[in-house]
Amino acid sequence: MLGVVTKRSAAEDGKQTMSNGPVGRTSTEPVVKSGRGAKTIEVSGVNLFYGDFHAVEDVSMTIAPNKVTALIGSSGCGKTTFLRSLNRMHELTPGARVAGHVSLDGEDIYGKGVDPVEVRRLIGMVFQQPNPFPTMSIYDNVAAGLNLNSRRVPKSQRDAVVERSLRGAHLWEEVKDRLDKPGSGLSGGQQQRLCIARAIAVEPEVLLMDEPCSALDPVATLAIEDLIAELKSRYTIVIVTHNMQQAARASDVTAFFNLDETGKPGHLIEVGATDQMFTNPSQQATEDYVSGRFG
Amino acid sequence: MESAAQSPVLARRSSLLEGGTDWRRRAVNRLMTVLIAGAFALAMIPLISLVYEVTKRGIPGLSLEFFTSDARGVVGEGGGAAHAIVGTLVITLVASVISVPIGIMAAIYLNEYGKGRLRQALTFFVDVMTGIPSIVAGLFAYALFELFLGPGIRLGVMGSVALSVLMTPIVIRSAEEVLKIVPNHLREAAYALGTPKWKTIVKVVLPTAFAGLITGVMIAIARIVGETAPLLVTTGVVDSMNSDPFNGRMQNLAVYAYNEYRSPGVFKQAAYDKAWAAALTLIAIVMLLNVAARLVYRHYRTEIR
Repeated sequence: MLGVVTKRSAAEDGKQTMSNGPVGRTSTEPVVKSGRGAKTIEVSGVNLFYGDFHAVEDVSMTIAPNKVTALIGSSGCGKTTFLRSLNRMHELTPGARVAGHVSLDGEDIYGKGVDPVEVRRLIGMVFQQPNPFPTMSIYDNVAAGLNLNSRRVPKSQRDAVVERSLRGAHLWEEVKDRLDKPGSGLSGGQQQRLCIARAIAVEPEVLLMDEPCSALDPVATLAIEDLIAELKSRYTIVIVTHNMQQAARASDVTAFFNLDETGKPGHLIEVGATDQMFTNPSQQATEDYVSGRFG
Repeated sequence: MESAAQSPVLARRSSLLEGGTDWRRRAVNRLMTVLIAGAFALAMIPLISLVYEVTKRGIPGLSLEFFTSDARGVVGEGGGAAHAIVGTLVITLVASVISVPIGIMAAIYLNEYGKGRLRQALTFFVDVMTGIPSIVAGLFAYALFELFLGPGIRLGVMGSVALSVLMTPIVIRSAEEVLKIVPNHLREAAYALGTPKWKTIVKVVLPTAFAGLITGVMIAIARIVGETAPLLVTTGVVDSMNSDPFNGRMQNLAVYAYNEYRSPGVFKQAAYDKAWAAALTLIAIVMLLNVAARLVYRHYRTEIR
């Protein structure tokens, strides 16, 4: 158990671990052991707006823990917007509004008195463009979550978190000799893995990924997909992707978003197990999309 | 498929390869090059002749004495401008201490927090303030201190207040521009880690913008260090060394040069030499500040995509 989870009481920790049940946490590879566990996200009746523009209409779905849920659909159908509403990043855009409920293991993240900052600590995010902090070294980038969250962590423990996170992101071997070098000196794929390491260093319960591979070459993409497959044993993962092969390869559950026409809000067409979605979807629109007939 | 013969682009290119007859395009190109180079040369003439003239006339007045002694009790030749140099440095330093925190914090407000009407109004007033005539700033500072300390008051710090009225909007403007180019995805990365907004600004936005902020401050300092009018009415004219901005009159280089030229006394040439030497010193200070700004920028800049 990691000592950084100082904010939560031991009792709480125990309860959570128990309620998680057998979540396939492999003890053979103690990469990023979390005091918390993957959690279920329950979305009901979510509508998202940018000013007067209705971007996403009436989405309800359950995102299961320890599974990779892929959000697919054509550009502009609100996948990314929806993803950003899951950790309250959507509301950072001026004029953006959210209606509906999103709950994390039963706790409404849009509830009264809920601090969005606290929500984002539990629900991490990896962005489309790798965005390591340019003023910080590799080490500081990974430790950024700890430093920025003003948790007082002793040096030795911070070292441990950095190493574990970098190992968890399959980056340790490549950077262990140059931890003090700037993160921006790494290749695109390495930078993205650095960003994943940074996200898992704060031990979130959910990891949101917004097209994490779209700026990467196929080799780097494969490395990230392998990483995702491994990370799902510890986190709930939601990934937005434009790449249908990627959704088919890397996800357990697929949700298909679509919009009737430009200017109309995007909505959820259907959600189901990935193999079923790609072989025998229940909606015609899904079949057309996954078979490449449009989009 | 369009064949090469039908394509106007390819047809044109082949004629160019053959030596072409596109003399008109070349002539216009040459004319424009000459015009642009000429405009540049024209712009450089006053600048170069100014630096040349000030250097030529300033060097005779430079001496060890110029930098080490003040002008107390000096009639005619001799005496220096040490008191004016010290005064310039102290007044400018105090003005920066007032302006830089206010300016950078205001820029942070405008760029990171402000929105809607209030933000627009503030931006408008900052723009207006950048255009304030410097003598107005001087009179403002004088009026302010006169309220509390009575008429005829002259203090170094009054000059600093006057200069900070001029300097603050410049700092705000340049800092705002620099903060604007800090990419939003860095802020979002910090938010996604559960970082509060203020901490995102302090630990991510400001360090990323650091080099640009320092450059902006240096340029703002360079802009006010040579002000004369507001200092004439606030810090007064004095011949002796005074490094305490809160006590008594304080000389500075610009007012010193003005004064030596306006009332040279009997030994005219000596006074003129000192005025030019003061002008040269002032230019040197501005140049040093610019060089320092560049060095700082080069050393601390962050590559941002």
